[in-house]
Formats: sequence, structure tokens, C-alpha cells
Amino acid sequence: MAEVLVYVDHVDGAVKKPTLELLTLARRIGEPVAVALGNGAADTAATVAEYGAVKVLTADAPEFGDYLVVPKVDALKAAYDAVNPAAVLVPSSAEGKEVAARLALRLNSGLITDAVDLEAGDDGPVATQSVFAASFTTKSRVSTGTPVITVKPNSAAPEAAPAAGTVEALNVSFSDAATGTKVVSRTPRESTGRPELTEAAIVVSGGRGVNGAENFHIIEALADSLGAAVGASRAAVDAGWYPHSNQVGQTGKSVSPQLYIASGISGAIQHRAGMQTSKTIVAINKDAEAPIFDLVDYGIVGDLFEVVPQLTEEVKTRKG
Amino acid sequence: MSLRIVVCVKYVPDATGDRHFADDLTVDREDVDGLLSELDEYAVEQALQIKEANDDDAEITVVTVGPEDARDALRKALSMGADKAVHVEDDDLHGTDVFGTSAVLAKAVEHAGYDLVVCGMASTDGTMGVLPAILAERLGVPQVTQLSEVSVSGGTVTGRRDGDSATEQLEASLPALISVTDQSGEARYPSFKGIMAAKKKPVEELDLDDLGLEADEVGLEGAWTKVEEATERPARTAGTIVKDEGEGGKQLAEFLAGQKFI
Ligand SMILES: Cc1cc2nc3c(=O)[nH]c(=O)nc-3n(C[C@H](O)[C@H](O)[C@H](O)COP(=O)(O)OP(=O)(O)OC[C@H]3O[C@@H](n4cnc5c(N)ncnc54)[C@H](O)[C@@H]3O)c2cc1C
Ligand SMILES: Nc1ncnc2c1ncn2[C@@H]1O[C@H](COP(=O)(O)O)[C@@H](O)[C@H]1O
Repeated sequence: MAEVLVYVDHVDGAVKKPTLELLTLARRIGEPVAVALGNGAADTAATVAEYGAVKVLTADAPEFGDYLVVPKVDALKAAYDAVNPAAVLVPSSAEGKEVAARLALRLNSGLITDAVDLEAGDDGPVATQSVFAASFTTKSRVSTGTPVITVKPNSAAPEAAPAAGTVEALNVSFSDAATGTKVVSRTPRESTGRPELTEAAIVVSGGRGVNGAENFHIIEALADSLGAAVGASRAAVDAGWYPHSNQVGQTGKSVSPQLYIASGISGAIQHRAGMQTSKTIVAINKDAEAPIFDLVDYGIVGDLFEVVPQLTEEVKTRKG
Repeated sequence: MSLRIVVCVKYVPDATGDRHFADDLTVDREDVDGLLSELDEYAVEQALQIKEANDDDAEITVVTVGPEDARDALRKALSMGADKAVHVEDDDLHGTDVFGTSAVLAKAVEHAGYDLVVCGMASTDGTMGVLPAILAERLGVPQVTQLSEVSVSGGTVTGRRDGDSATEQLEASLPALISVTDQSGEARYPSFKGIMAAKKKPVEELDLDDLGLEADEVGLEGAWTKVEEATERPARTAGTIVKDEGEGGKQLAEFLAGQKFI
């Protein structure tokens, strides 16, 4: 069976959930060979094997942490040359997309970004994408070279399928371009203890209607009662009420949870772009004409300062 | 020596319009009004700020690859304060993918001459956000992308990248390519004076031949991916909308319990 390279997103050996989804999708088109780079690369082996990696190619070198993007492209290219895979799958993070794009150019291969589904086809993998702020769904395929495809988080439910996961060291020689952009310092984002926005099953978001940083605890309390991640509209982020890393939408994160709850958010096209594919959508807004109500499964026309705390209390009571 | 800045800007269909696909499954650029991609306004703005911080000793060229109307995008950038423009237009460009576009842009920015190339974080139509990385690879210059803060001095560009799991401080030597996000600072509005001045600024028109490119390297035929199907997302079935009469939170909880979320 053809091999499929899967780029592993991990922090010091802890594998992120989208990689498990990728391994699951990869099995539809071939045998996953994982590529893990940087500090803790070899520690990913047990997890990726659990989800179907027949082989794990690992490389660690200071370059991966000290310079931007290109060292990883060099390594992925080395893995490509070693394996000669039928496709290369990479998680759709900002960095993942850049790594994939440069690799595709080096391979003279077509690139598909932000796939939300993947299936085997007669002429190679067929990727589903959601475009124009999720108002259209397209099916595309790479027509030249080896398909390089980046896949969005929450595109598949990870399914375990234990495989050998044999660890092999990958030999990487870095290109001249590898050390072009130096990472002078890196400040990891502090964990809030809440699920990661793009990976969460439930997202609770607040917008301009929340009316101040000091009120966001209302949104956080609802999120915590549901075990959800917290999101924000750009209006709330631009006002300085919530960090940009929590922004949902075209220029923030794009989320596709089982449940999305929007409070005090009007539903501008750029916001919809990042949440329209959520399974169930709920909104609380005092304006019955707000466009967000066009999307909802359930909407409350009302004051979020009344509705949200009542909902939070009720959730807590029901959960006991 | 004066700093040569080239800004890549894209002319896109208005995101608030009714965007759709043409029969050949390319983006329909006829039926929806176009404009300078809002995310590229931030790129123009940062170029202007870099020029100002450099005692105005810089020349800003804006470059676009696109149809005839794309000149509107150039005009807007010129009226914001860019100095001159390059417009690459050719019938054979219809349906070009990111690799074709980057090949054309690489030739065009080399033609213009540059120390610093500035891109937006993503186009508002394709939203791939990968052209800057590909262009850097083609040009063989450092890629310093997704910056929310940037400064250039003494032949070095530094910037802040708010990545997925960390914030990074980056540094590279010129010549280099950067892309900036919508967190980098609001773009200025063109002044009346700027709009008048823009009318006299030079716009160089180029086609593929001028850049030494062949038709089969670009366009729909030259694209390395193929859209096979595009379907409009069915409108979501109308949901239940309830006016809060004091029990809204409880009703919502009931709904969520019914859907097994609680
Ligand atoms: C290039 C570009 C990119 C963008 N990217 C993004 C993006 O990534 N994400 C994003 O979100 N936006 C983005 N935007 C901005 C977007 O266009 C909107 O401006 C933004 O989403 C509005 O945020 P909002 O809904 O919170 O605010 P508003 O549109 O002001 O809506 C606030 C809503 O709160 C309601 N409200 C007020 N008080 C209460 C109350 N007490 N109880 C209940 N409801 C109340 C109001 O009725 C209103 O509907 C982008 C714009 C551009 C041009
Ligand atoms: N046709 C084009 N002409 C000029 N610049 C472009 C074009 N397409 C993309 N760009 C630049 O590349 C950036 C990212 O585009 P994309 O990868 O298509 O999302 C944009 O913000 C522009 O700076």
C-alpha cells in the first residue's frame, strides 16, 4: 500500500489532537509514515503508532527551534526523498501551511490548504474545502506532482488503529536558506487550563455586546460550566477586552465545534467565516435583526447579562 | 542608498458581496465589485510607516497581478502614499493558482528592484495565506511572515509573530520578504491630496512576455490543482428563535440538554 507522510504537530513530544485526526484521514489513502521534528520528536512515537503510524521519522537539531519554517521544509523534503509517498498531509496551522507551501513548490506539486475532509479517489486524494466564508463547499484534487494537503483541526474524529510505529532517525542537511530568519526569542502562550479553541468540542464566544474586559468573566463562567473554550469577535479583541489568540473569524481562528454559542456578536461575514461550519449554533443577542440569527439552531433575543448567567446556573444545576 | 520597498497587493471580489464561482469553477470576478483586499491595506500601511521611520528615504512600489480593474487596487495604494505601481495583466493569467501567481510576482518584484517585499497575511478571496512563503522561496530571501509588529533599520528587519503556541521575535537581513497581519495597526485613509497626487503617479503595465514567462506556466491549464466541484452550502434550516421573557437562559439549557450537550 502507498505510504502517506504525516507531519506531526507536537510540543516537546506531546502530540496535538489535529495530528491524530490527520493520521486517521491518512489511513483512508494509504499507510501513514509520521515525521516528527525538534525537541522531543522521538517521544511522539508511542502516540502516533497508536493512531496508525507504521513508521516514525524523527530529527532533532537546534535549527528547528532557532530559525523560522525553512529548517522544517528541509527536513520534510528529506523525509519525502526517503519515503517517496503518495501524498503529504500537514496540519493547517499558520506554520504548517507555510511549511507545506514551500515543500510543494520544491516538489513541483500542487497544494491544497485548509481541507475539511479527505477521501481516496481514482486520480488521487479528493479534498473538501469550505470557501467564501463557508458559503460554498468545493472538492479539489492535485493534478500535478504529489498531493500536499493541509487539513483543518476538527475535520475527523481520531480513531485509534495501533501500528508498528518503528522509529527511524531522519538525516537532514540544511539548505542555505534554513538560517535566514532567526527566532530571537520565543514566549510560549500561557495555558488557561481551558481546551484549545480550534480543538474544543464546545466554543463560547463574546463580542462587542459584552461591553468591557471586566465583563468577560460572564462568558468564561459559561464556558467553564460546559468545559468549553472561549472565543471572541474581532470587535472585542480590537477593544482590548480579550487576547487576539482567542479571536474567531477570517483573521483569527477558524473553529468547527459540535456547539458554538455566540453572545453579543452580530455575525459579520468575517466572523461567520470562522464559525459557520459549527454543527450546532446558538446565539444570544438583544437585536432580533442581527444576522447571526440566520445561522442559529436556537437563538434567544435578549440581554446577555440576564440570559448568560441564568444559563450558566442552569447548566451547573443540571450537571449537579 | 534609498530603501526599495515593493508591496504585493491583490484585487479581490468584495467579501460582503454575493461571491460565487464562474462556470469554469474559477472565482467569478465579473458579478461582484472588486476592491483592494482589506488585508493588503495593512501591508501598504506598514510600508508607509517603514518609509517614514527611514526619514522618507525609501521608494514604495505596489505590484498587482490581476485583470484590468485591478488598477483600482493600485490607485487606492497610490493614494494612500505609495510612489509608483506595476500592473501585470495578461489574458493567459485567467485561473492562475498560487504557484503561477508567485512565479509572476517573483519576476515582477525583481523587475521593480527591492530590498524589502511586503505582503498581506492572506487574500480575502483565496485566503490561503501561503503566497508570501512561496514567494520567499522563489526569491531566495528570508521569510519573516505573519508579523503584528515590524521595524527596519540598518539593513535588518525585526518583527513579532504571534504564532499558534508562542509569540516569537524574529530577525533577518535584507533583502527579505515580510507579511503583516491585521494586528499591525489600522491602515490610513487616503487624503484628498493623496487621491489627487495618485492620478499623476506612474503605473507600469506589463504582460507575460515582458516578464519572460510562457503562457503554459500560468493560467487554468498551468494550475497544479483542480477544483472538480463547487456547491453552495445549503442555507441552514431556520432555527428556533425565542424572545427572552425572563426564562431565556433556562429555555436555552433545555435545548442544550435535548441535544445532549448537558
Ligand atoms: C479584513 C477583515 C477581517 C476581519 N476579521 C474578523 C475576524 O476574524 N473575526 C471577527 O469577529 N471579525 C472580523 N472582522 C470584523 C467584522 O467585520 C465585524 O466588525 C466584527 O465581527 C464585529 O464584532 P461584533 O459582532 O462583536 O460587534 P458588533 O457588530 O458591534 O455587534 C455587537 C452585537 O452585540 C449585540 N449586543 C449589544 N449589547 C448586548 C447585550 N447586552 N446583550 C445581547 N446582545 C448585545 C448587538 O445587538 C450587536 O448585534 C474583520 C473585518 C475585516 C474588514
Ligand atoms: N494576484 C496578486 N497580486 C499581488 N499580490 C498578491 C496576489 N495574490 C496574493 N498576493 C499577495 O499575497 C498575500 C497572500 O495571499 P494568499 O496566499 O493568496 O492568501 C496577499 O495578501 C498579497 O500580499
